[in-house]
Amino acid sequence: MTKFEDELRNNNFVCSYCTKCQHFVWPTSDCCNKCLGDVIWKQVSRKAKLVEVSSKDEKYFCIAEFEGNIRVFGTLLENLPPQHDQSLILEKCGYDKSPKFVFKTV
Amino acid sequence: MKKVAIVASGIIKFNKSEKPLESLMLSSIRPIFENTKNLKQEDVDVVLTSTNANRNYLANIISELSGIKPKISHSVESLCNSGTNSLVSAYAYVSSGLADVALVTGADKAENPGLVLHWDMSRGEYQHPIFWSSMFTSAHMRKYGTTLEDLAYVSVKNHKNALDNPYAYFEKSFSLDDVMNSKNLAENLRLLDCSMPCDGAASVVICSEEKAKKFTDNPVWISGIGQKTISASFTKNNDLASMESTKSAVGDAYHMSNKTADDIDVVELHDAFSICEIIELEDMGLCQKGQGSKFVRDLYDTNNNKVNPRGGLIGAGHPLGATGIAQVIEIYQQLSGNAGKRQVCNAKTGLVHNMSAGSTSSTVLVLES
Repeated sequence: MTKFEDELRNNNFVCSYCTKCQHFVWPTSDCCNKCLGDVIWKQVSRKAKLVEVSSKDEKYFCIAEFEGNIRVFGTLLENLPPQHDQSLILEKCGYDKSPKFVFKTV
Repeated sequence: MKKVAIVASGIIKFNKSEKPLESLMLSSIRPIFENTKNLKQEDVDVVLTSTNANRNYLANIISELSGIKPKISHSVESLCNSGTNSLVSAYAYVSSGLADVALVTGADKAENPGLVLHWDMSRGEYQHPIFWSSMFTSAHMRKYGTTLEDLAYVSVKNHKNALDNPYAYFEKSFSLDDVMNSKNLAENLRLLDCSMPCDGAASVVICSEEKAKKFTDNPVWISGIGQKTISASFTKNNDLASMESTKSAVGDAYHMSNKTADDIDVVELHDAFSICEIIELEDMGLCQKGQGSKFVRDLYDTNNNKVNPRGGLIGAGHPLGATGIAQVIEIYQQLSGNAGKRQVCNAKTGLVHNMSAGSTSSTVLVLES
């Protein structure tokens, strides 16, 4: 069990971060994918941007982007079709065999 | 570097069976030795296997079962483009002079792992490939006005082409209505827009120019190779109306072969889903960006089978480790004038495009008669 998974279970999204290169390393890793140096765990903002959206069985799923470079698939709690580039907020996250992200539009 | 030619091929019908993986591979290897003049097991000094079956020591097992004692033997795995990755590795051995004759064989069973990359955390709970396909589709629809009917034409065309391929999984045609009314898997994806995982095997022999004359009068040359991996995570492809790895790989393949898209007479491209064919046609310069749908409709309306003449993955089926090699065999047969009912007139230069994991990795080959 990694800290990433543990924190997701507590509705908290953390990601590896390189203090030297000053960027989030996504997917999480033991080292920076630019300088291969050490990373720390850092809180990810709950604000996100909608990259793309579709639906299955009348429920929306989407790709959302955090911090300018962390892109994830998640569920979008909306009844109407959202707009591309729309601002989102991470409503909740979790982990059960895979990460789970749930968003709402702002 | 030495010139490298494809000189022989073997393939079995794609279906679902009880046969083990090794039997599938052997079934595609046997016709090579039965049908290729002067080719003996002792001529082969490389055996490469391509599969997603997580099978230990497979290339050595296949070597023993085939009566071959190669200098070099190992497996190559890269999800859906394992097959062309194997061929590129074999090309490197032969072109460098480390070996003269290489047998490349790929196979998979329908239930083998490889459809889902569980490592990819960015996919969250949406791990199945239908979800990345749906995202490509949403982006292309939004940017270029692609419609569900446009997508359906890809499936109708490729199933129709597969009718002339005796090794294809599907043996029936589907109308536009059949595709449009097939089960909705997502708002922009129907069941018949998807390729079908199945059992299959395909093998080729490649060799140096000096050896080629011994085995065939019609060698097909591998003149261009491009490979690019941008990531393993699907979400690293920034523009979802395009495939970054494909654009990079095809550029390298055109450069190496000194060819352009205008020179390509026949294409096998990786239509894992209908949207893939549309995007790939655009990204490989076979039509302008945003014109992929119109290009496909024109092919269908004019009975032109230059794109995916064997039916592509949608019509022929998708046994992952065999797919790339089956694509190569189709272009090999086209360029050597042995494609039967599928033959594209005067085909001299062909292209193979094979990709994996939502186009995080692509391989492109240019072949010439």
